[in-house]
Amino acid sequence: MKNAIELRDVRLMLSGRIVLDDVGFDIASGEFIGVLGPNGAGKTTLMRAILGLVKPNRGEVRVLGRPACCGNPAIGYLPQAHGAATTGRLSGWDFVSSVVNGHRLGLPVVGPAGRAEVGRALDLVGARALAHRSLGQMSGGERQRLLLAQALIGQPQLLLLDEPLISLDPRHQAEVIELVNSLRRELGITVLFSAHELNPLLGAIDRVLYLGNGQAALGTVDEIITSPVLSRLYGSEIEVVRFKGRIFVMSGGHHVEGDSHRHDPGTAHGYGHHHEHSGHA
Amino acid sequence: MLEYDFMRNAFSAATIVAIVAGAVGYFLVLRTQTFAGHALAHVGFTGATGAVLIGIAPLWGLVVMTVAAGIGMGFIGERLAQRDVAIGLVLALSLGLGLLFLHFFTAYATQATALLFGNVLAVDVHTVWMLLVLSALSLVLLAGISRPLLFATLQPEVAEAKGVSLRRYGVLFLAIVALTTAECAQIVGVLLVFALMVGPAAAALRLARTVAIGVLLSAVLAVVEAWLGLAFAFYTDWPTSFWITALSVGIYLLANLRLPANDRLALPRA
Repeated sequence: MKNAIELRDVRLMLSGRIVLDDVGFDIASGEFIGVLGPNGAGKTTLMRAILGLVKPNRGEVRVLGRPACCGNPAIGYLPQAHGAATTGRLSGWDFVSSVVNGHRLGLPVVGPAGRAEVGRALDLVGARALAHRSLGQMSGGERQRLLLAQALIGQPQLLLLDEPLISLDPRHQAEVIELVNSLRRELGITVLFSAHELNPLLGAIDRVLYLGNGQAALGTVDEIITSPVLSRLYGSEIEVVRFKGRIFVMSGGHHVEGDSHRHDPGTAHGYGHHHEHSGHA
Repeated sequence: MLEYDFMRNAFSAATIVAIVAGAVGYFLVLRTQTFAGHALAHVGFTGATGAVLIGIAPLWGLVVMTVAAGIGMGFIGERLAQRDVAIGLVLALSLGLGLLFLHFFTAYATQATALLFGNVLAVDVHTVWMLLVLSALSLVLLAGISRPLLFATLQPEVAEAKGVSLRRYGVLFLAIVALTTAECAQIVGVLLVFALMVGPAAAALRLARTVAIGVLLSAVLAVVEAWLGLAFAFYTDWPTSFWITALSVGIYLLANLRLPANDRLALPRA
């Protein structure tokens, strides 16, 4: 089967700093990949490179058989940061339909085909009933469904979901993961799903892509979530503790993943903090 | 009151400008760039007084200066928004320069008041036609870019990923805002541009759930505020700009009061 994503000797830089260096891997079509790693390890930058928004300084990024290029309609994207609109009074329908032909000049009028497309995307995520409610009045889980619907506009073959679990409680986290997994099976699309915690994803993902220390490791959970691999990616001694089907990544007796890594808007682009985080997290 | 030429001109000018201000203002508030409108108006004061000094119509000075500043701000982009001290100083300098130009042009003190606070009752037929042309230009430009602009406003990261240039539409939009600011300044003056551009739009955003209804409502509110402002001014002899600002703030407050937790203002389903 054709690979959905191929990276060859890729170096990615962000404001003069090397985020990922000499990274190469293949992701097959239809795979569900969990993207993990400490803050600043380059999860968002990697997604932006796949979208063609960050050009590799070295190497090549290929998406669905072609070099990554800006404006690829085959990619659906759920970014980590959301515009102010998600807190306003605009309806879910208007929010999702703004993506339909959004790059074309003219009035934002959505024709019958566009309306059908928005309806289909809303149905796929079970959010038809949310269409006429205001985004600002939705719960975190409901808003996440709409953001996912938005990413499905244009019938993408690849979904890049950047931290869709952030600020959701465990029940809604499980719902979002189950929804993404069923979409993946139903539509046969490839999914890259970044998260701070591995455990919620354990039952759903095929493989894990772990980023850290400028490097990347791709493999099954058993291959990657090991003391030697993670110690290399964190640049410090890491222990992996398995307990009742859950996996805990520990550094110096402290849990490395979890709440301490929750997204803080102020550090969204503050790459380079992973050492201090792995130290006291 | 419509038997007077000056009132007919004032109503025509105010209607034309209010429609554009409402529509452009909706996007301005949606993009949380309202301060840009205010800043552009201040810069416009320098342009207007400079134009007076060299003997051309203040409207042209306003248009040239605000559009240049709008495009400049668009290129500098986000970084500028963080620098409130720098913006504040530029605004102070703009007003200061405007004052200096007026000082050189010693003839009128009323000119300063008219530019700062507006004097819609002094608008002549020629200006009405100019406003009509400029407004049509603003509206056509806005309509032309409204779809990618809306996409870039609601979901900037996704829009960028789909190949929409955030900078291009940011710059084009601020140029449209600048043009609209120059038009508004003819009605309410450079200091009170907020009243026409931001007040109705902010109220509309509070009330409407869809973009189409929001833009329409914003324009309608702006027109109503302008008409009532003119009528009240005619019968009370108080300044029009005062009435327009009072109505603008009043309607915005009402829209907020009427904003219920349970969505009573839900608009009919499409």
